Amino acid sequence: MEERIYERLMKASRREFYEGVSSDPTVPQLLEKAERDKIETVWHRYLAQQPQCGFGLLGVCCRNCNMGPCRIDPFGYGPQKGVCGATADTIVARNLMRMLAAGAAAHSDHARDIAEVFMGIPEGWAKDYGINDREKLVAVAERLGIETDGKDEKEIAREIAEIALMEFGKPGEDPLKFLEAYAPEKRKEVWKKLGITPRAIDREVTEMMHRTHMGVDADPLSLIAHGLRTALADGWSGSLMATELSDIMFGTPKPIKVWANLGVLREDAVNIMVHGHNPVLSMKIVEAAKDPELNELAKKLGATGGINVVGMCCTGNEVLVRLGIPVAGNLLQQELAIITGALEAVVVDYQCIMPALVDVASCYHTKVITTEPKTHIPGALHIEFDKANALETAKEIVRVAVENFPNRRKDRVFIPKEKMEAVVGFSVEAILKALGGTLKPLAEALKVGKIKGIAGVVGCTNPKTRHDYSHVTITKELIKNDVLVVGTGCWAITMSKAGLFKPEAAELAGPGLKEVCKSLGIPPALHMGSCVDCSRMLVAIAALADYFGVDMSDLPVVGSAPEWMSEKAVSIGAYFVASGVPVHLGTVPPVLGSKRVVEILTEEAEKLVGGKFFVETDPKKAAEAMLNIIIEKRKRLGWPV
Amino acid sequence: MEAVTIPEYLIYVDPSRCVGCRSCELACAVEHSSSKTLYGAIAELPPPRPRTKVIPADGIYVPMRCMHCDPAPCVEACPTGSMHKTEEGFVISNPRKCIGCRTCLLACPFGHPSYSSENKVIKCDHCVDRIRAGLPPACVEACPTGALRYGRAEELLDEEKRRRALELILGLGEGGVVYRKAREGALHALLGR
Repeated sequence: MEERIYERLMKASRREFYEGVSSDPTVPQLLEKAERDKIETVWHRYLAQQPQCGFGLLGVCCRNCNMGPCRIDPFGYGPQKGVCGATADTIVARNLMRMLAAGAAAHSDHARDIAEVFMGIPEGWAKDYGINDREKLVAVAERLGIETDGKDEKEIAREIAEIALMEFGKPGEDPLKFLEAYAPEKRKEVWKKLGITPRAIDREVTEMMHRTHMGVDADPLSLIAHGLRTALADGWSGSLMATELSDIMFGTPKPIKVWANLGVLREDAVNIMVHGHNPVLSMKIVEAAKDPELNELAKKLGATGGINVVGMCCTGNEVLVRLGIPVAGNLLQQELAIITGALEAVVVDYQCIMPALVDVASCYHTKVITTEPKTHIPGALHIEFDKANALETAKEIVRVAVENFPNRRKDRVFIPKEKMEAVVGFSVEAILKALGGTLKPLAEALKVGKIKGIAGVVGCTNPKTRHDYSHVTITKELIKNDVLVVGTGCWAITMSKAGLFKPEAAELAGPGLKEVCKSLGIPPALHMGSCVDCSRMLVAIAALADYFGVDMSDLPVVGSAPEWMSEKAVSIGAYFVASGVPVHLGTVPPVLGSKRVVEILTEEAEKLVGGKFFVETDPKKAAEAMLNIIIEKRKRLGWPV
Repeated sequence: MEAVTIPEYLIYVDPSRCVGCRSCELACAVEHSSSKTLYGAIAELPPPRPRTKVIPADGIYVPMRCMHCDPAPCVEACPTGSMHKTEEGFVISNPRKCIGCRTCLLACPFGHPSYSSENKVIKCDHCVDRIRAGLPPACVEACPTGALRYGRAEELLDEEKRRRALELILGLGEGGVVYRKAREGALHALLGR
C-alpha cells in the first residue's frame, strides 16, 4: 500500500526524476531550469526529508503537553502509553482531530473575512464591493427564511450578514442557521440522533481544541464524533457561507471558456499571479489590472501587452470561474511559475502559500507580496490589503508589479508553451440552468443508469504521489464507466490543464455519460469552484436526495481526495463522510498507528453516518473501489446496474 | 584471481548530534520486517525488532549499535562459528548454527546483541542487503541530524578532522576528547552554530 515514490526518484537519472514527479509536461521543463538556476523546489525538499519520521507517519507522537513529547512504539517493544497514560488510540485520534479542527478553522475564517466585507456593503464602508447577483441574494435570503418583499438589496444583505456573522459564535444549543436552511431533513435527523448537530463554528473548533488538551477526551470514538460535528460546521455553514456570499458579491459562476497551465504567462506583458484563497483580494487585483493608467505605465516600461493577471490555486479558481482569468497551475506549480523568470509579482492572501516562494523569488526579480495581517512571510513585501479602500490598495499592489517589469532579465525567461482550453464555472445554479431549470433530466439519467453515479473529486497535489497523475487517472477511469465527475480545488486545475474540461472530452466517457454530455453540451467532468466551494457539491447532492426522497447516504455518490495534503482536506473529507458520502483518500493519513481509529474511520463511521473513509494509493484500484461503491448503492436503490 | 581491495566503510556515531528521535530504531525494525515498509511492518506478527537502540547516558543520547569490531570479541567467543564475518567484514549471526549459549552477549563490549528463545541471537547485520544494493544502512538513512553517518572511512574521518580543525582555530577545541557534551547543547550543533 505504501507509495515509495521517493525511493524510485532518488535512484532515478535526472531526466527520469524530472518526468517521474509529475504527469504535467510543464513540470520537467521547469524542474530542469530550476536545477540549472540552482534552485530547490518542493520535490527537492521532499526528497531531502526522506525517510520521513515513522512516528509522525503513524500519528503516534503526542506534543500536547509538556510532560511529553511522548511516542508509542508501533512494534510493541517500547512504551505503549504516553506519560499521562494516553494510548496510541487516544494520541492518533487527538492528532487527527486537531488537523481537522485546523482545516475547519481555515475554511471558516476565510468565510468570516468574506462575511465581514459582505456586512460592509450595507454598512457602507466596503465601498468597492457590491451586490453583483441579486437573484442569488434573494435565493439565499429565502433559504434562510428572510422576508425579502419590499426590502432593498442592502437591507436583505444586512439580514443575511447578521445571520452569517452570528454563525461563528452564537450562544445556545440551536443548530447552525445555514446548516438548518440547507441540509436535508433526513440528514439532520441522523446528526440529531448522534448528537453531532453543530451549534456554532468557533465553538466546535474551540471545543475540539479543548477536548484534545491534556486530560480531557481520551475516547477515539467520542473524539471522532466531535470531529464530524466540527467538520459539519465547516461544510454546511463556514464553507457554504463563503461560497454563497462570494457568489452574491462577485457573481455566481456560469460556464466560461478559459485557459490553463503555465503557458498562460506572457513574455510581452507584466505578469501578476494571484495566489491563495480569498476572492475579496483577487477580484480587486483583476479590476485594478484593468486600470488604463497602469496599463499605460506598463507599456511605457516596455510591456507591450499590458498587464496579465493569472491565478494559482484556489483564488485562481475564484477568478477563473467568475471572470475567465487564466489559471497558471496548482499547488505544486507555485514555485515553477516564479522559475519561468517572467513573473513580476505573486500577490498572496492565505492558505497553501509555500514560504519557499520567497527563497525562489530571491533568485529572480519576482516580488512576493503578502496582503493579509494573518499571513506574513520573512523576506516578502507586505502591503496590507485595506478592504475599506480595496481598489486603491489593489492599484498600489499592481503598480509595484508594473514598476518591477524593467527588472525582468530576458535571458533568464522560459515560459513553457503548454496551455489548455477548458470550460469551467459549473455552480449548482449553472448546472440547473444547463438542465433546463430542473434536476429532472440529471436525476432520471442517474436512475435509468445512463449516468451510473456521481463522484466528487477534490483536493490538493502532493509530492508523495506523482503530481496530477492520480487526479487524471481516477477521473478518466470514472468517466469511462459512466460516472459523472464533479469537483473543486487543485483537482479542478489539473482537469483544466489535462483537457478533461473540454466538451470534446465527452468522447472519453462511457456511452451513457457521453450521450448526456453531448445533449447538454457539457464536459464529462465539471469544475464547481475552489476548495471552499465543496459546499456546492453538498448542496447538489442534497437536492438530488430530496428529489428522490432518500437520504444523501442512499445515493450512488462517492468522494475522493486522490492527492490530498492539507488539513482543510481532512475537514472536507470528514464533512462528506458525515453527510453520508464514502470518501477515498489517495495519500495515507497519519492514523495507521491505531487500529481502533482505523476501524472507526473505515468501518464504524458507515454504521453511524452512512459515509466512511477508505485509503488506496493506486489510482486505478481506487477508481475500481469507487465504482463498486456506486454499484452497491444502485443495487440497494433497485436501480439498474 | 586478481585481488580486489574492498574500501573500508564505516558507520560514524556522533552522539553530539543525536536528538533522541529514535528514527533509527524504527527504520531498523522496518528494514528487518518481511514487508520492508512501515505500514506493512506494523501489522506483522511477531512484530519486527529493531537492532539499534538510542540510550540516554548522562543527558546525552547515544545511538547504540553494533560496531562490527575487528577482531570481533563475539566472533572470537562463539563456540559454534555461528557468529561470523561476511566478506565485507560485517559481523552477523547464523541462526542455524546458534545454540543459544549467549556467550556473544557477554563478550560484546557494547552490550549489543539481544536474545530470544525463538529467534536466538538478534543483532545488527549492517543492512548487508542494502549495502550490496548500494544503499546506506537503514538507520543512517533515517537519521535526520547526521548523528549516524556512513561512508568511506577515510572520507568520514577527513570530514571529522576538518570539523575539529575548525574548532581548534576558533579556540574551542578540547584535544583528545572523543565524545563530550556539546558545549551549547545538541540543538546548537544541529543548527550549525
